[in-house]
Amino acid sequence: MTLPALLELQNVSRRFGQTTVLDDVNVSINDGSFTALLGASGCGKSTTLRIIAGLDRPTEGRVVLNGAEVAEKTAYERNVAMVFQSYALYPHLTVFQNIALPLTMRHLGTLGRMPGLGRLLPNARAARSHIRQKVGETAESLGLSELLHRKPSSLSGGQKQRVALGRALVRDPVLFLLDEPLSNLDARLRIKMRGELVSLHKRTGKPFVYVTHDQTEAMAMADQIVVMIDGKVAQAGSPRDLYDHPANKDVAAFIGHNAMNFFEPGDGLAQLNGVGDKAVIGVRPEHLVPDPDGALSAHLETAEFLGSETVLGLRTQNGKQVTAIASGEVDLPAEGSQLNLGVLAGRFHYFDSQSGKRMTEVTPS
Amino acid sequence: MRVLPRSIRETLTDAWLVGPAAVAMLTFIFLPVAAVAVFSFTDYQFGANSFAWLGLENYERLFGSTLGQRAITNTLLYVSIVIPASVGLGLVVAIGLHRMAEWAPGFSNVLRAVYFLPVAATLVAMSVAWQMVLHPSLGVVNQALVALGGEPRSWLSDRGIVLYTLAMIGVWQTVGYNMVLFLAGLVAIPKDLYDAAEVDGAGGNWSRFWTVTWPMLGPTTLFVLVITATNAFRVFETVATLTQGGPAFASDTLVYALYREGFVYFKAGYASAITMVFFVILLVLTLAQFRLVERRVHYR
Repeated sequence: MTLPALLELQNVSRRFGQTTVLDDVNVSINDGSFTALLGASGCGKSTTLRIIAGLDRPTEGRVVLNGAEVAEKTAYERNVAMVFQSYALYPHLTVFQNIALPLTMRHLGTLGRMPGLGRLLPNARAARSHIRQKVGETAESLGLSELLHRKPSSLSGGQKQRVALGRALVRDPVLFLLDEPLSNLDARLRIKMRGELVSLHKRTGKPFVYVTHDQTEAMAMADQIVVMIDGKVAQAGSPRDLYDHPANKDVAAFIGHNAMNFFEPGDGLAQLNGVGDKAVIGVRPEHLVPDPDGALSAHLETAEFLGSETVLGLRTQNGKQVTAIASGEVDLPAEGSQLNLGVLAGRFHYFDSQSGKRMTEVTPS
Repeated sequence: MRVLPRSIRETLTDAWLVGPAAVAMLTFIFLPVAAVAVFSFTDYQFGANSFAWLGLENYERLFGSTLGQRAITNTLLYVSIVIPASVGLGLVVAIGLHRMAEWAPGFSNVLRAVYFLPVAATLVAMSVAWQMVLHPSLGVVNQALVALGGEPRSWLSDRGIVLYTLAMIGVWQTVGYNMVLFLAGLVAIPKDLYDAAEVDGAGGNWSRFWTVTWPMLGPTTLFVLVITATNAFRVFETVATLTQGGPAFASDTLVYALYREGFVYFKAGYASAITMVFFVILLVLTLAQFRLVERRVHYR
């Protein structure tokens, strides 16, 4: 890549006593990118974010921001903004004061921050009007203008989320870090905020790093996804890369709305395909479709009609459970009847049956 | 048996649940208070067969006499030292131990127990120890003072300092309790808030304290204030065991005066008046603290 990365984690490890939370992690974040750190809970994604932020230090390895090592710098000195899952709003401050806090810390001295005294200092007055203007603009852009005098406890989850975003936006950071910011919202609001975050990213042009355990969120928003499993980076790449060429079985299982079907060597598909016992074959449910000439025949056990599609639960003659997806338009046979399935061309994934690694070439045995 | 309508059954359940406690409260709290209030307007003496109505005379004596005034001012002075000192020190010690728990958890726990010891110990027994420590010639304090080139003091028999000595013992006794309450409050502060403060540039010790710790401890602080205030106003054991209100009533306090008048001189009427004044002070104080502060500490 020609562009130098804005931020790089180089061989970062983090250990808490005996437990290794991060093991030789390498992440590189380009300017203006939207990176998702994706993984199940406990995989180290939040620790990675905290190390990027400067809230935690790596046991080994380097954190490089704009070409300079920043391991010794605090979050504030790195000028990163962070949005927390719990929102982390200051309950005693109004919405205005919450959003203004990073600015008051920066522009007003200890004396200027004092409620009465601050008014008397002339330069504090200028700073205060600058802060009022900035906070006003930020609040306006997030639709918070009406709420500026409210306390966080009287806001809804979505509003709190916006205030937390406002506090991050107001200070013009070099990097936005978001730690599962949407997981406390209800499903509909989550989808709405997803869109807003993406347009916010476009508007600011600043790099976002977004921690999530929800692969849908990562796929929908990010242009780079870093999949983390057990404290290691399992794969990093574009959403399409991860979907089309998962580096190993675990990533393949994690990415995709419906969990991938895996056929072990004894499950009947390997023989059909002639790859013997070397490989596990992965087929995504959406690539396994009813096809009268299909090579795999199975009993239809369940059919979940979801409107645009129908999720089929099937069982092969070997007793192997398989999920397939049919378009919602297709007329299905009754449950319990036999069905032939075919795999769309080029949609086979092969993984080494020992290591789980992706196999690029499989020689038929 | 016919089943009663549901609304009546629910009312009966409520009555069963609330009734005993309500009756107990009436007989053991409200009635005695009312009785004391009535006695405070009489010259009743314990064991007497009759009493005469005095009106406000008992109160006039309390507020008008030098002795009564001294008991009141002594109590106020004592309280005004013990409350801020023990709350402030309790907070400082709690924050110190809370931070120490991160790098020396064992030592922090030991110190925690040490600070809590005065709370767990019987104050009367501890008073004996204090008597030894503060003994004019044998006490450790004076020996240390002399060793450092200072003048030995009569900590418990000098009219000018005896009240301050008692206040120091009061602080010593209360800090541990306040520390435990503050520690509980500190543990409950979400870590995210400290992270947010650090990201926002409020990561220094001082700004962290003012941005997160102090506001988040609001409810705890209110509770600690109320508890400390009621305990400080009730100061009695140290006075009774160490000074008996002396010398020359220099350490006389409201509750000690109440004890002396009521249980040494058997002047139940006058003691009742003192009790009422004490009661009103505590009531006003508690109400004021809740009214004024509560709205501000829960951030609604």
